[in-house]
Amino acid sequence: MKKRVVIGMSGGVDSAVAAYLLKQEGYDVIGVTMQIWQDKREEAFEVEGGCCSLSAAEDARRVCDSLNIPFYVMNFKQVFEKTVIDYFVEEYFQGRTPNPCIACNKYVKFDALLNKAKALDADYVATGHYARILYDAGSGRYLVRKSATLQKDQTYVLYNLTQDQLKHILMPLGDYTKEQTREIARELDLVVAEKPESQEICFVEDDDYGRFLSERRGADIRPGYFVDAKGNRLGMHKGIIHYTVGQRKGLGIALGRPMFVVELLPDKNLVVLGDESEVFSSALIATDMNYMPFEQLENPIRIKAKIRYSAREADAEVFPFEGNKAKVVFSDPQRAITPGQAVVFYDGDNLVGGGTIEKRL
Amino acid sequence: MSTAKRIYMDHAATTYTHREVLQEMLPFFTDYYGNPSSIHQFGREVKKNIDIARERVAKAIGALPEEIYFTAGGSEADNWAIKGSAYANRKKGNHIITSVIEHHAVLHTCEYLEKEGFEVTYLPVDRFGMVSVEDVRNAITDKTILITLMYANNEIGTIQPIEEIGRLAKEKGIYFHTDAVQAVGSVKIDVKQQNIDMLSLSAHKFYGPKGIGALYVRKGVKLISFLHGGAQERGRRAGTENVPGIVGLGKAIELASGKLDESVARITGLRDKLVQGVMENIPYTRLNGHPEKRLANNASFCFEYIEGESLLLNLDLKGVAGSSGSACTSGSLDPSHVLLAIGLPHEIAHGSLRLSLGEINTEADVDYVLQILPEIVDKLRQMSPLYEKVKG
Repeated sequence: MKKRVVIGMSGGVDSAVAAYLLKQEGYDVIGVTMQIWQDKREEAFEVEGGCCSLSAAEDARRVCDSLNIPFYVMNFKQVFEKTVIDYFVEEYFQGRTPNPCIACNKYVKFDALLNKAKALDADYVATGHYARILYDAGSGRYLVRKSATLQKDQTYVLYNLTQDQLKHILMPLGDYTKEQTREIARELDLVVAEKPESQEICFVEDDDYGRFLSERRGADIRPGYFVDAKGNRLGMHKGIIHYTVGQRKGLGIALGRPMFVVELLPDKNLVVLGDESEVFSSALIATDMNYMPFEQLENPIRIKAKIRYSAREADAEVFPFEGNKAKVVFSDPQRAITPGQAVVFYDGDNLVGGGTIEKRL
Repeated sequence: MSTAKRIYMDHAATTYTHREVLQEMLPFFTDYYGNPSSIHQFGREVKKNIDIARERVAKAIGALPEEIYFTAGGSEADNWAIKGSAYANRKKGNHIITSVIEHHAVLHTCEYLEKEGFEVTYLPVDRFGMVSVEDVRNAITDKTILITLMYANNEIGTIQPIEEIGRLAKEKGIYFHTDAVQAVGSVKIDVKQQNIDMLSLSAHKFYGPKGIGALYVRKGVKLISFLHGGAQERGRRAGTENVPGIVGLGKAIELASGKLDESVARITGLRDKLVQGVMENIPYTRLNGHPEKRLANNASFCFEYIEGESLLLNLDLKGVAGSSGSACTSGSLDPSHVLLAIGLPHEIAHGSLRLSLGEINTEADVDYVLQILPEIVDKLRQMSPLYEKVKG
């Protein structure tokens, strides 16, 4: 009996080629586009014609037709709204900067979709992520390793997957470069071969998250004061959701010297500004830790850590902390450690784990 | 795909085109291709066949041939009837009565007219999906110009008290339109006896081709033209005729009315076996729609504790074609407005399955479905946290 795999298809080139590779390997492949979001704005409705003409789903459907595999669109709007959008919005109001892709992977792709896949008797869920999943017989654990193409590596957004999730996930593009992926798509004459990269936040079409938050919870956005570290008022801000740690541009005040956002204080509705040196710090506390090679961190480990998706890896030491938290101490001060973002640990090419940044120290 | 079995139980979505219908259509692609508006023999011989088709449609519903206008399908007929009569009678009033369980071709047209300044009353239905004649009567005002209610519901199969509503509309001097897309070919219709002023139908629901339908418009009904241009369809629906489609529609409706009683009896038998088998073998299941006043081919169920989506896909992977709620063309499912309107809670409306039978279905098809459906429902329920609690 062939193993069955449900592959999440975004309509892009990566998941299309991933589906092809799985089919080549002999899996019984089912393509699924997750309908997760629909712009409720009238203009979007006029342009897209509503829920029936999702162009992403149409592209995925054409790819599945040419690969001769079944294709379905599944409705994940409710779970996406609850676990990704609501979280995304709430984090900003809590003065944090969320990473919706991480939440989507954990709760939608590798939970809700995995459950629907199991309902179709599938053994695995697959995606077009650039990452490798391996099984380590010695420890009996599933490990995640960076992709062959380091520039495209997407392990950062996978750090919080559990062992039980990893057991049921396939990522066939881990050994390919983006160029190789496109080359395969061209050889197969797939319609999506030249499709450009997708944008950062898929549900904020114009990338204007301030507009998005105003539309959803405009009444909760209140102007307040910019203050310095001592609490002196420096001017008025437009609402804390508009700012992120390390930001310099768009503050809308002139103080005669470059000022940076150092901290957001949602309880007092304050934005703390300071000079650039105040944006750096050498340690942080992270929460909701997840590790690949072991269940719990028992002893300090030396690793390289990334404090956001685009950050460079930095030498650091991770210490067990109360509950499921960790303290991360960097060898060199890091710029703009941002609560809400993930700190992710690496040992060479191996993803060690990570957690959500709670605060900087 | 691993499965070779293919069982089609989605005839309410569409039917195949009957071979006999296709045979009748084919010469009109290659041999009889004249423009029916042309005066030469090439045109005349085609025109004659359009007339024959028009007579066949008229005869099937008890209308006059000159009261039949060909359209590109059911949605166009609905749009035309509603917008056309609303705009033509605007001076008389601006109020329209419809129901909450109409097809989107009616609902969205009404919503559009609301933006244009019309007022629309959306009547509720009872738990069987039935509109009350009293509710219609009470909704009528001196501004009411149109009552539009579907003949039979596409999702749950409930057949409305059309004749009573027609009588009421006539008594009050209000136009009565019915979307009979699901009904034609499955129930006996007589527009005169039932006092229907306008009726929409679509060929692909009764073994005719897709892309062709008709609107019956009683003589004397004021209706603005739908497409402006040439003099086709008595100047009310311009555009060179879809001749093969029209010929196919004519043949299909003739065949369907000719064997209506026989086919309804056979399909009702199969449907009852299916419904009985499902209700007896799968606990926590309800039959949607009216127990008796329903289309012969319609079996609509809600299975508590599961999602219709997973159910449908499992059936598809085993070769059985059904549908769940009103599927959007993207294939993505929201709980159906019809199931919510008959009072089903959101979570139960999610677990719906419509199996609609047709001429090709056999006892063996029903047996196969009765064999795999309980297994699939049980499997999905085992995965449902809600079901865990019920089992205790």
